Amino acid sequence: MKSDRLRRRHATAKIFRLLCAAVAWAGVVILAVLLFHVTREGIRWLDFQFLTEFPSRFPEQAGIKSALWGTVWLITLTAAISIPVGVAAAIYLEEFSPKNRLSQLIEVNIGNLAGVPSIVYGILGLVLFVRFLALGRSVLAGSLTMTLLILPVIIIAAREALRAVPDSIRQAAFALGATRWQAVRAQVLPVALPGILTGVILALSRAIGETAPLVMIGALTYVAFVPEGPMDAFTALPIQIFNWASRPQEDFHQLAAAGIIVLLVTLLLMNATAVWIRQRAERTGR
Amino acid sequence: MNTLTKSEAPISSTQQPRPVLEVVEVTIRYGEKPAINKVSLSIPQHRITAIIGPSGCGKSTLLRAFNRMNDFIPNVKMEGQILYMGSDIYVREVDPVEVRRRIGMVFQKPNPFPKSIFQNVAWGPSINGFTRNLEARVEQSLRRAALWEEVNDRLHESALALSGGQQQRLCIARALAMEPDVILMDEPCSALDPVSTARIEDLMFELKERYTIVIVTHNMQQAARVSNLTAFLENGSLVEFGETDQVFTRPRNKRTEEYVTGRFG
Repeated sequence: MKSDRLRRRHATAKIFRLLCAAVAWAGVVILAVLLFHVTREGIRWLDFQFLTEFPSRFPEQAGIKSALWGTVWLITLTAAISIPVGVAAAIYLEEFSPKNRLSQLIEVNIGNLAGVPSIVYGILGLVLFVRFLALGRSVLAGSLTMTLLILPVIIIAAREALRAVPDSIRQAAFALGATRWQAVRAQVLPVALPGILTGVILALSRAIGETAPLVMIGALTYVAFVPEGPMDAFTALPIQIFNWASRPQEDFHQLAAAGIIVLLVTLLLMNATAVWIRQRAERTGR
Repeated sequence: MNTLTKSEAPISSTQQPRPVLEVVEVTIRYGEKPAINKVSLSIPQHRITAIIGPSGCGKSTLLRAFNRMNDFIPNVKMEGQILYMGSDIYVREVDPVEVRRRIGMVFQKPNPFPKSIFQNVAWGPSINGFTRNLEARVEQSLRRAALWEEVNDRLHESALALSGGQQQRLCIARALAMEPDVILMDEPCSALDPVSTARIEDLMFELKERYTIVIVTHNMQQAARVSNLTAFLENGSLVEFGETDQVFTRPRNKRTEEYVTGRFG
């Protein structure tokens, strides 16, 4: 009787475990199928020439040099603007600002901003940066738009990381006669850094794949040069992929697949760097 | 309660040391509810003063008022005065950072920074502009905290690798490195085993030669063992304050007697 019930409990546990495993694997399998499909389509075009040639009307000659360099410019500038601003905002909100109605309102609003569709940021970028500040369809305008898009994500992630730092560390610093800034800079920030970095890299990973806001601010789709400064016109990997995928010829679809592979590899490298930086920071922190 | 300080017997045969900290009619509120209610007492130099009382009686709140650590808690309001060497530390001209440089603190749970042993001790002096002879200062502080012998061969290893008792002595060394006048200890042994506790108590005896120590403890045996003076708080009010021997053996107040004999608390 009793062992019957026990058996049923074990059976339930087993079913639940299998269910969870199935759900977890479903994501992996879908990704694997996608990767397989993309690789099969694009691998034929993926060679050194693909990386070093500009786009062309002739698929055999087409490459993604301009898009790759455009993305590098875009992400570097975006990182350079969004990381200092986002982390500083998070430090202010978490460590300095009084906790009152206003700060709660700001918190809720930042949460909302993180959920705003990216096309809306594209419209804002078009009006504010491209036209009003007359930056044109430049890399800088694109980076500023991307910064708007990912700032909420960076702020939220950095705040979470700061909040996870035990208060006893702040107390210890204050009790030694540290000012708030000294306590934050020397003791709180180093502990929060791995978490902040994770958030930053995730945010940048989002930026690297975004297409809609760039299309909106008018990033070019056919670019036969590499941007040489922040005011140059540019294109980016997702735009190039979008452009190729929307052409009728099968060859260009395969080129798009090859572009996707390059984008994925770039993403993978970024995330690997993040993991590496984080592990190094954690090791020196101990 | 007004008779408390007046009727104190002199400590040993020498005259009463001058007060380092004086608490004058202090009331501390969290929101509306007073956590400390019109408490007055004075803390003599180079003595160990223990603050005892049941949980929630306001011991820690009072202790944290001495170095303005309550400033970080929202909605805390204080009335009355706390004088350090005769001057009010709550007037606007006084920088709380300056107060905390002179009045150090050791917390309930050891809270070393997740850095090396050396950096833990050296950080306080270095941010306050004492950068000369930092090595010597670190060594001296660790020696005074009776930790030097155990860690001198691994100063640059992580402080988190130390045992709980060693971490707490490191926190004491960290406070000593600022060369404070007063060291506040908020239940410094409550997270430690009996052996580590005994070491810290021995240490306190040595430290009182140079420093004034105020210790909050819920452990009455500890208060009886280490302190010269004992203050008994209940529900935010000072019930009795006097020499430790007297408070524990001949308490004037009925509640004190009930508490120190373990009938409640």
